Amino acid sequence: MDWEFIGSHIPDYAAGAWVTLRFGLCGVGCAMALGLICCLLRYFRVPVLKGAARGYIELARNTPLLVQLFFLYAGLPRVGIRLSAEACAVIGLTFLGGAYMAEAFRSGLESVEKSQREAGECLGLTRWQNIRYILLPQALATAVPALFANVIFLIKETSMFSVLAMMDLMNVADTLRTSGGRTVEVLFMLAAAYLALLLPVSLLANLAERRLRYAGFGNQRSV
Amino acid sequence: MQDLGISVLFRGVNFQRLLLGLWVTLRIALITIGISIVLGLLFGIVMMSRSRAARSVCRVWLEIVRFMPQLVLLYLVYFGFARLFGWNLDGEASAVLVFSFWGTAEMGDLFRGALTSIPRHQRESAAALGLTRAQINRYILLPQTVRRLLPQVINLSTRIIKTTALVKMINVTEVLKVGQQIIGQFYREPSAAFWVYAAVFLLYFLICWPISLLAGSLERRYHE
Amino acid sequence: MEPILRVKEIYKGFDGNGVLQGVSLDIREGEVVVIIGPSGCGKSTLLRCINGLEKIDRGEIWLRDQRISDLGKDMYRVRQRIGMVFQSYDLFPHMKVMDNLLLGPVKALKKPREEVEAEAVEMLRRVGLADKAQALPRTLSGGQKQRVALVRAMLMHPELLLLDEITAALDPEMVSEVLNVVIDLAEQGMTMAIVTHEMRFAEAVADRVLFMEQGVIAEEGVPEEFFREPRTERARRFLQSFTYASARKRPRDPAGMPEDA
Repeated sequence: MDWEFIGSHIPDYAAGAWVTLRFGLCGVGCAMALGLICCLLRYFRVPVLKGAARGYIELARNTPLLVQLFFLYAGLPRVGIRLSAEACAVIGLTFLGGAYMAEAFRSGLESVEKSQREAGECLGLTRWQNIRYILLPQALATAVPALFANVIFLIKETSMFSVLAMMDLMNVADTLRTSGGRTVEVLFMLAAAYLALLLPVSLLANLAERRLRYAGFGNQRSV
Repeated sequence: MQDLGISVLFRGVNFQRLLLGLWVTLRIALITIGISIVLGLLFGIVMMSRSRAARSVCRVWLEIVRFMPQLVLLYLVYFGFARLFGWNLDGEASAVLVFSFWGTAEMGDLFRGALTSIPRHQRESAAALGLTRAQINRYILLPQTVRRLLPQVINLSTRIIKTTALVKMINVTEVLKVGQQIIGQFYREPSAAFWVYAAVFLLYFLICWPISLLAGSLERRYHE
Repeated sequence: MEPILRVKEIYKGFDGNGVLQGVSLDIREGEVVVIIGPSGCGKSTLLRCINGLEKIDRGEIWLRDQRISDLGKDMYRVRQRIGMVFQSYDLFPHMKVMDNLLLGPVKALKKPREEVEAEAVEMLRRVGLADKAQALPRTLSGGQKQRVALVRAMLMHPELLLLDEITAALDPEMVSEVLNVVIDLAEQGMTMAIVTHEMRFAEAVADRVLFMEQGVIAEEGVPEEFFREPRTERARRFLQSFTYASARKRPRDPAGMPEDA
C-alpha cells in the first residue's frame, strides 16, 4: 500500500465525497417530500392522482436507477428535453427514492391502530387535523427504521452518478484508476470514503430508533 | 422525427439483440439468486449459532454489504482482485461473485429474521402437545417461516435483478450496452437514443413488476 | 320536551349480516340510557352509527333539528358535539396527558389554550389525576387511562356522550374508579348513551334500560322494573344466564362478567 499516494489524493476524494453527499442529500430530501405526498394522495383517496401515485411507485420500484439515469441524461435530450447532469442526478434519485419513501410512510400509517383514527374523529377533528396531529406523528415514529434504511440505500445508489460525468466519489476513483494505475490504493480509498459517509448515518439511525423505542412508540398496546 | 426513431427498435434483429442482452443480465441474476438462497440458509444458521466468532464474521460481512455500494464491490473484484491476487476474473464471473456475496448476506439476514420472529410459545405449545422436535419443525415452525419468508425473498430477488444492470459498468455486454451499440449504429436517427433507453426501461419493468405483484399478493394472503 | 337525539328505523348490515334491523330510539336532554344485550346484538354498532363511525344503510338519525345520518365529510362538525369513549381508551400515545386533553378543544373547537388548560386541570383534579397532567399515557394504569379518556371527551362539552363498554378491558379492581366518574357525570345532568356489561352499574346509573337482541330493541323500561321483572322471555334468559355463569365463576362480583362485544 502506497500511503504517500493515498495521502496526496485525500483532497480529491473529499471533493468527490462532497459531490456525492450534496446531491445525495438533495435527492433524499426531495424523495421524502415526494414520498409523503404520494402516500397522502393514496391515503386521502384523491381521485385520479392516487392512481397516478400508485403507477409511479410501481414504475420507480421496478426499474434500475442506472437505466433511469441513462434515459434522463442520454434519451430525453433527443426529443428536445435537455437537463444538466446535476438535474438528472437529483431527478433520478428523487424518482427512485420517492417510491421507496412512499412505501415506508404507508406501512407506518398502516401500523397505527384504526381505533386511533376513530378516537381522533370522535373529537371532531377534520381529516387533515387527524392525520396531522394523531396519525402522522405515530406513523413517522414507526417508519423511522425504514426511512433510514432508504437514506442509506439512496446514498449508495449515488455511485451511479458517475455515468452522468459528475465528479462524485465513484468517478474520482475511476479517473485516478485509469490514469495512475494504482488500482489497489484507489479502490481502498473509495471503500473507506463510502464507509466514512455512511457510518454516521447508520449510527444516527440506531440512535433515533433507540430513543423512539424508549419513548414508548410503536403499536404495542399496554392494557 | 420520433416515428422514425421508434422504428429503429424493430429494424433488422435489433429487438432480438436487446432481448439477448437482457438475457445476459437475467442469467447473472438467476445464478446469483440460486447461490444466495443456498448460501444464505447457511449464513442464517451460522448467525444464530452459539459461536461468538462465527456470529461476528457474519455481522461484519452483513455490514460490508450494507455500507458498500454494489458498484464499489464490483470494482474491487473486477479491477482490484487482478492486482491483489492476480485473478483475472471476467465481468460475468466478477458480477456473480459480488452479487452472491451481497445476496448471501441479505438472504441470511432474512432467514434469521423469519426464524427468530416466530413466538416462543408456538414451539412451547407444540411441545406441550407431545410433538417431537422434528414434528415441531416440520408442522409448526417451517410452514410459518416459509410464509413469512417467501414475499421477502421474492422482493430481494427483484432487487438483485435490478442491480445486475450494473454489470454494464464492468464491460459486460448486457442490455444497456447492446442498446448503446444500436444507438451508435443508427446515429442518423436523432431520437433513436430516446426509444432505445425507453425500451430498456420498459423491459426491466416488465420483468420486475409481475414478480413484485406476486410478492405483494403473497404478503397480503399470508397476512390474514 | 324535544329529544336531543332521534334514531328512526335504522338498518345496518356487514357482509349480508343484518346487525341493526330497524332500531328506533329517542334520548332526551339529561337522560341516561343504558343499552345491554348479548355479544353481537348490535349495541356497539348502534353507538358507532350514531356518531357516524359506521354508515347506516337505511333510516335517519337526527341531532336536535339536524339530520346527521348523511353528512359525509361534514360529519366532523357533528362529532364536535357528540363525545365518545371506547373500551380501548385510545389515548394518543405520543402526547402527554395534557396534550391529549387540549387537542380537541384547541384544534377542533378553536378555543383559547389557556382557558381550556385551566379547565382541564380542574377536571383532572376532580377525577383524582391532578398529578398526571405531564405524564405519558403508557405510564398510566388502565383505569387512569380511561379516566383521562373521559375527561378528554368531557372537555369538548358534548351535548351527548356515548360510552362503549368502557370498563371491558379493565382489571376488575379498576372498574369502580372509572364508573364512579360516570355516575358523577350523570348526577351533573350529562346526557349519555352507555353500552355496558356491568349490571349493577347499569341499574344505578340508568334512567332507562334498553335490551337489544339480534339487531332490534327487544325490551325497554326503567331499571327498577327491568332488572327485577323483565317482561320478555329473552331478557329474562339473558339476565339469568348472567347471574348463573357469574355465580359459579366469580361469587364475589355477580355483575362483573367480562364479555367481548
